[in-house]
Amino acid sequence: MNHSSNAASAPSDANLMLRIGLTLVCVLVFAIIGLILADNGTDFTMRVHGTIFVFAAGAAGIALLSRYGNYFQNPAAAVGGAAKGYNLSIVKAGVIMSMFWGLVGMTVGVVIASQLSFPELNLHLPWTNFGRLRPLHTSAVIFAFGGTVLMTTSFYVVQRTCHARLFGDVLPWFVFWGYQLFIVLAATGYLLGVTQSKEYAEPEWYVDIWLTLVWVAYLIVFLGTIWKRKEPHVYVANWFYLAFIVTVAMLHIVNNLAMPVSLLGSKSYSLFAGVQDALTQWWYGHNAVGFFLTAGFLGIMYYFIPKRAERPIYSYRLSIVHFWSLIFIYIWAGPHHLHYTALPQWAQTLGMTFSIMLWMPSWGGAINGVMTLSGAWDKIRTDPVIRMMIVALAFYTMSTFEGPVMAIREVNALSHYTDWNIGHVHSGTLGWVGFISFGAIYCLVPWLWGKKELYSNKLVEFHFWIATIGIVLYITSMWFAGIMQGLMWRAYTDFGFLQFSFIETTEAMTIPYLIRLLGGILYLSGVFVMTYNLWMTARGPQNAETPYRAIPAAAE
Amino acid sequence: MNWHKIFERHSMVLVAGILVAVSIGGIIEIAPLFYLESTIEEVEGVRPYTPLELAGRNIYVREGCYVCHSQMIRPLRDEVERYGHYSLAAESMYDHPFQWGSRRIGPDLARVGGKYSDDWHQDHMTDPRAVVPESIMPGYPFLGAREVRYDDIADHLFANRMVGVPYSDEMITAAMIDFRAQTNPDSDDYDAFLDRYPNAQVRDFDGDPERITELDALIAYLQVLGTMVDFDGYDVEENRR
Repeated sequence: MNHSSNAASAPSDANLMLRIGLTLVCVLVFAIIGLILADNGTDFTMRVHGTIFVFAAGAAGIALLSRYGNYFQNPAAAVGGAAKGYNLSIVKAGVIMSMFWGLVGMTVGVVIASQLSFPELNLHLPWTNFGRLRPLHTSAVIFAFGGTVLMTTSFYVVQRTCHARLFGDVLPWFVFWGYQLFIVLAATGYLLGVTQSKEYAEPEWYVDIWLTLVWVAYLIVFLGTIWKRKEPHVYVANWFYLAFIVTVAMLHIVNNLAMPVSLLGSKSYSLFAGVQDALTQWWYGHNAVGFFLTAGFLGIMYYFIPKRAERPIYSYRLSIVHFWSLIFIYIWAGPHHLHYTALPQWAQTLGMTFSIMLWMPSWGGAINGVMTLSGAWDKIRTDPVIRMMIVALAFYTMSTFEGPVMAIREVNALSHYTDWNIGHVHSGTLGWVGFISFGAIYCLVPWLWGKKELYSNKLVEFHFWIATIGIVLYITSMWFAGIMQGLMWRAYTDFGFLQFSFIETTEAMTIPYLIRLLGGILYLSGVFVMTYNLWMTARGPQNAETPYRAIPAAAE
Repeated sequence: MNWHKIFERHSMVLVAGILVAVSIGGIIEIAPLFYLESTIEEVEGVRPYTPLELAGRNIYVREGCYVCHSQMIRPLRDEVERYGHYSLAAESMYDHPFQWGSRRIGPDLARVGGKYSDDWHQDHMTDPRAVVPESIMPGYPFLGAREVRYDDIADHLFANRMVGVPYSDEMITAAMIDFRAQTNPDSDDYDAFLDRYPNAQVRDFDGDPERITELDALIAYLQVLGTMVDFDGYDVEENRR
C-alpha cells in the first residue's frame, strides 16, 4: 500500500551516524578497488579506469564530507529533506548534463559522417578511426544524452506525480553521478580500444557491473519515491518509466554475461557464442530501442504533452492497452535483425510476426499523445514547444510504420546491411527521441529556474525548422543510399553476371553521404541554438519579442 | 477498466506484471536455441581458433571492424555468388562474441580467408587507398608497427574454455609456443602445432619475420575466415531447418 509520510521524523543521532559511516565506507571500498586496478591492471585501459575510479571516489568523498559537515552545523538539514519539498537540484544538474552530452554525442556523429565522406579524416590513428568513434557516437547519444534525459525527467515526473520528494538523501546523487561515471568509463574505453563488440552493449564486464549497481540504485530511488506517494494511483508516465528501468536491467544483465580473462584486465569473452549470442544480442539490441528509446520517452510524452497543453490525456483506456501491449510485444521483435542469417527460421518468423503486430500499440500510443491536443489544436501554431513534441510523435508514427515494413523478410532482404537501416534509426532517434527530449527540456528550464517563459520562442521556432530540415535531408539521403546500394548488390547483367563490384556501390554513396552530413550539421546547429536559448533563459530576463499567441494571455 | 486498479495502486504488483510481460517473448525465442539440436548444423572441420588467430580476432574486435563488415552471408543468389557459400551457424559456434555484424559499409568478410594474398592485406591495412582508390576504409598503419602482446594468451584460451570452447589442457599449456610456431614454418614445434590445430596456416603473415606484430595476428585471423568447413561433405538436406 502507499505510505503517507507527511511528517518525517528526524532520524536519531545514532541512526544518522550509522548511515554516514556506511556511506563513507562504501566510498572507501570503491577508492581501494580503484587503487588496486590503477596499480595492478594488466592492461593500460584498466589502469586508466582504475585511476578515474580513484578520482571519482575522491570527489565523492569530498562532496560527502562537506555535505555531512553541513548536517552538524545545521541538524535540521539532516532530516533527509522530507520537509524541504522536491529535489529539484538533481533535475537541474540533469538538464545541464543532458545538453552537454547531446552536444558531444551529436558532434561525434557529424565527425564520423564526415569520415565516411572524407576518409582521410580518420587520421589513421587508433583512437580516431571510425571503428572506435562510431560506438562512441551511438553510446553518447543513446546512453549519455538519452539516458541522462530519461533519468532527469523521470526524477522530475515521479516527484510531481507522486507529490513526494525523491527517495533518499545521497542515493539519488549516487545514481546520477554514478551514471555519468559509467558514461566516462564507456567512452574512454572505446577510444582506447576496449569493447565487447556487441552493438549498444560495448562496455566491458567491469563497466557493466558498475552500471548494474547504479541501475539497481536507480530502481530503488524510483520505487522508493512511488512508495512515498500521496496519490492512491501510480500515474501512467511512471508505468512507462518503471517498465524502462526494470526491463533494461534484465536485458543488460543477460546480454552482458561474460567471462573476464583476468579480474585485473579489461578483456572478457561473452558467455554465449555464435547463433545464441546473436539472438541474445539482438533481443537486447532491439529492446534497447523498445525500452530505452521508446518506453522511457513515452513516459516523457505522457507527462509533458498533457502538462504543456493543459489538457488531460486523450484516453485512459488506450493508455492501459498501449502500455501492456507495447511491452509484451516489443520483447519478441529482436530476431528481425537476423533475417536470412544462420538463425533458425522459426525464430525469424516469430520475430517478423511480432514486429508487424507492434505497429498497433505503437500507433495507439502515438494517437493517445496527439489527440491529447483535442480542443487545443491552436497550440501547434502558437507554441513551438508543443509543435516540437507533436512532430516528435509524427516521426515516431512514421518510423514505427517503417520498422514493421523492414521487418518483413522479403523487404529485409533488400534493406538489411544497407543505409536504409541507418536512416530508419535516425528518423526514430533524431525525430522522436530528440524532439520529445528537446520539448521536455524546453518545458523544464523555465520551471526549474523560475522563469515565466523561455528567453526566446523565435529561437525555438528556428531550432524546430533547422532540425526538421536536417532530419528530412538525413533520412531521404539514407533511403536513397540504402535502396540504391541494396539494388546494386543484387543487379545482374544480361549475361547473368553480377553487374557491380562492391566498391562501385561504395562510390555510388558519395552524394547521399554528403547530403547526410549536411543534414547532421543542421540538426547539430539546432542543438547549439537550443543551448544558447536555455542558457539565456536560466540567467536573464526574457527577450523582447512579440508572443505567438493569437489572443494575449489574460491578466494574471 | 476497473480490474486495472490493482496495478495502479500497488507498485510491486505493477513491477511483477511488467516482469511477466517482458519475460515471455525472450524465453520462448532464445531458450530453445540452447537445447534444440538442429540449431547448429553437423559439419566437419570447425576447430577452435589458434592462439595467433584468437589474438587477431581480438584486434578485429578492438578496432571495431564489425561496425562496417558483416560476417554472415545470406542464402540469396547474389550474396552466394559474390561472397561464397552462405554462412552456417556451425561456423561461428566458437565465436565469443559473434561477429555477424549489421551493416556493410565494406564487403562481407565471412569467407575472406584465402581471397587475397598476405601482401595485399599488408598494403591494404597500411593504406587502403593504395590498393583500392575508391575505398573509404580508415588506414591501420600502426598494426604492423606494434608487436602483439601474447604473454597472457594462455589465460585467453582458458577463459574461452570456461565459456565452452573445447581447448584442451595441452593447447592451453602450449599456447605461447603455438603462438610463435604459427609465424615460423621452420620451427621445431611445427608438427605439434598442426596436430593441435589441423589445417592451420603457418607462415610469416606481415612480411616482417623478425617480429610478431598485430598485423601478423590480424591477417592470420582474416585468412582463416570461412575456410574451416569442408563443404564437399556438407549435406544440405540433412541440415535443413
